[in-house]
Amino acid sequence: MFVFVVRRAVVSFFIVLASTALMYVLVALSGNPLKDLLEYNGPGREARIAARTAALNLDVPIPGRYVLWLQEVGTCVAPGGDECTLGLDRKLRPVLPQLDVALGSTMRLVIAATVLALLLGVVTGVVTALRQYSTFDYSVTFIAFLCFSLPVFWVSTLLKQYIAIDLNTWLQDPQMTYASIGLLGLVAGLIWTIVIGGDARRRLVVAAVAAAATSGTLIVLLNVGWFRRPALGIAGIAVSALVLAFLWSALFAGLRPRTRPVLYASLATAVAGTIVVALAQPLMAEMTWLTFGALVLVLIALGLGIGYLVGGHTRRLAMQISAVTAVSVVVLMSVDQLMRAYPALFKATGGRPMATTGSQTANLNGTFWESNLDLGLHLALPTLAIMLISFASYTRYTRASMLDVMNQDYVRTARAKGLNERTVVVRHTFRNALIPLATLVAFDFAGVLGGAVVTETVFGWSGMGKLFTSGLSNIDPNPVMAFFLVTAVATVLFNMLADIAYAYLDPRIRLR
Amino acid sequence: MTDLRNDLPDDGPAIELAMGTLVTLDDDLAEVDVLAQQSVAARSSTQTVMRRFRQHRAAMSGFVVLVAIILLAFSSIGFGPVPGWWKLDFKIPMPLVDAGAPTLSVWPPSLGEHPFGQDNIGRDYFALTMKGAQQSLIIAFLVGIVGTVIGTVIGACAGYFRGWTEAVLMRLTDVMITIPLLAVAAVIAVSSKGLGGVWILGAFLGLVTWTGLARIVRGEFLSLREKEFVDAARSVGASSGRIIFRHILPNTIGVIIVAATLAISSAILLESALSFLGFGVQSPDTSLGQLINSYRSAMTTRPWLFWWPGLFIIAIALAVNFIGDGLRDAFDPRQDRVKA
Repeated sequence: MFVFVVRRAVVSFFIVLASTALMYVLVALSGNPLKDLLEYNGPGREARIAARTAALNLDVPIPGRYVLWLQEVGTCVAPGGDECTLGLDRKLRPVLPQLDVALGSTMRLVIAATVLALLLGVVTGVVTALRQYSTFDYSVTFIAFLCFSLPVFWVSTLLKQYIAIDLNTWLQDPQMTYASIGLLGLVAGLIWTIVIGGDARRRLVVAAVAAAATSGTLIVLLNVGWFRRPALGIAGIAVSALVLAFLWSALFAGLRPRTRPVLYASLATAVAGTIVVALAQPLMAEMTWLTFGALVLVLIALGLGIGYLVGGHTRRLAMQISAVTAVSVVVLMSVDQLMRAYPALFKATGGRPMATTGSQTANLNGTFWESNLDLGLHLALPTLAIMLISFASYTRYTRASMLDVMNQDYVRTARAKGLNERTVVVRHTFRNALIPLATLVAFDFAGVLGGAVVTETVFGWSGMGKLFTSGLSNIDPNPVMAFFLVTAVATVLFNMLADIAYAYLDPRIRLR
Repeated sequence: MTDLRNDLPDDGPAIELAMGTLVTLDDDLAEVDVLAQQSVAARSSTQTVMRRFRQHRAAMSGFVVLVAIILLAFSSIGFGPVPGWWKLDFKIPMPLVDAGAPTLSVWPPSLGEHPFGQDNIGRDYFALTMKGAQQSLIIAFLVGIVGTVIGTVIGACAGYFRGWTEAVLMRLTDVMITIPLLAVAAVIAVSSKGLGGVWILGAFLGLVTWTGLARIVRGEFLSLREKEFVDAARSVGASSGRIIFRHILPNTIGVIIVAATLAISSAILLESALSFLGFGVQSPDTSLGQLINSYRSAMTTRPWLFWWPGLFIIAIALAVNFIGDGLRDAFDPRQDRVKA
């Protein structure tokens, strides 16, 4: 393992070296950085040309320039390396501080898109594989193909134009006609009946229940003014936590008498977690990342403790699932707090909370929850635009992988020895089907970064994409090279992590 | 008896009929032989693939749509010196009719004066979109062809020769994979800007889109080069080039064709994204992505300037993706039943 990491690190180092060299030459050949000054006829022309030539080492031939650039990068890596700038841009400002800011906002975007796409894609992929050749399967297949064929910039512009602006207008005065409530209910009913399936009678019942539930909820929410002051409330957290606790235990442990303690442990965690959250309400207004982290740790410890005490002979599983339940409580609590922060943000943004430009509202100075809600609302649309393609590929890949595993002999053996369907699917099939996804996530990373370049342009983010596109169109080599350096290192790192994860998940693979 | 069954090609409903006959006439082998010969038509592998492809509904609809778009794009405004059937030119501004709104109407079906509307200076948008579609299609197919040829050759050499060749070529592939495709394509496109034209741009983009295919082809070659038929060819003195191109390559053609199809669909998206960022096709030349880019600010006032090129990009990419999916199923030897 250690040998593998060292060997891999050495190889990766040379790959990064080669890829930056290749890109340095290509970028240097893409244009003359002095072009605008050569066409410039005002005063101080010669001095400005000389200054830029000196700053960008333009008097050195390209290979030598690359070596100088490498030295610059080296000072950033070497210990005690002061004066580390990653080179200067054409206005003679150091690149590193710009990269710092850009990296933060782009990483938020990329990570949010990858995580969401992975979660949704895997769940959808598993369901389509379990219900192969159903209406749901065909619909998802078509949607996936559509997502593969959508130009990211086109979707981003559409989202910005129609979703953001129209949603903002609607949020100013959240009212709905009964006709549109009924229509939304019908759509919800249709979606649920396609997802759940079954014979004609069951489909009808599912559609009717889903439509009635959706419309009813909407009517209640509209009438109590929920869209102006949204919140879950402690009661909402408690009910959702109990439902999730039941769901996790039913899914990962089953509801047999033997695994009953798991159910009890996770239900108890849900109740205890809600009580802790209720007691911690005074803390919420003054929340920082530190207290938030502490709260998360307390809740997870609580879950593990309850699992340990109640778990009995299924202690390990009970602890795991209780911890998952505790995390769910944290998520529910955050959702509740973010919702409560909404009215303040609504006021601060002049009644247009759904952002269309930039990565955060300038001069917001809100509380912890307000500024995070602001970040989240800025992230929502660009993330949606980027994740469509990743979502499609994860769905297709999970489906193919699940089908592949479901036809293996050991799955048939598992069925033949009388295991219930849940155990066969979750323990024997799902876990093995997930293994190849590790590689895909790493490979997808570079693609998501490319998507980020496009989306950032549409949504006016000043991230890595902006650094790259403006650098390339202004013939400004150093910011462009900073972009390539980061992407190359990140991709190599992710590939290595994927290989390690692969070997950890699949004992047939040994790292050499 | 078992020998006979094994000799039957493992394919299609015709065989099921023959097998059924086999079971009922189990005692009379001679008659079975005759029947089998009558009812099982031998099909070459190409015929099998074509047949399976034709039965794939989604792929066939994709194929029809793609052919229709290509015919429409090239016949309407003509190509090069050849004139088309559409009366208006994409370069000439005309007086605005109804603020340039599209005159296309589905019912009663009529094209009107400007079916896709007019742009802000009154040029006919149908003609412009067709011109853009032509350019985008040319680039996409060029990228597909160039990328496929390079990827195949690199993958084949790496997989066949092993050793140093493989190490160098595969490290080169690793290097290319660390760079986001869109970014390297943008740099390449900017470098080739001075050389001009969509043909140059397409060829240059092909230079950076071969990595995935090279890996796939290498994998195929690694397993095929150990097969007996390669040993046989080598023992009768066939040269490396002959073994690669005449013996191994035809066995990997399915994988390559599928990858090439998917490369075309991603190339069309790549080109449009590049042109949208301003690095691809440059004005006054046009392409679907460039059209969207230049009319982005007119989104609120003239939304059709944004919709038509986008819909054409999606239609082309979707059609090509479905064709690729159908081809994958058609080439898959394990596929016994074709699903739509």
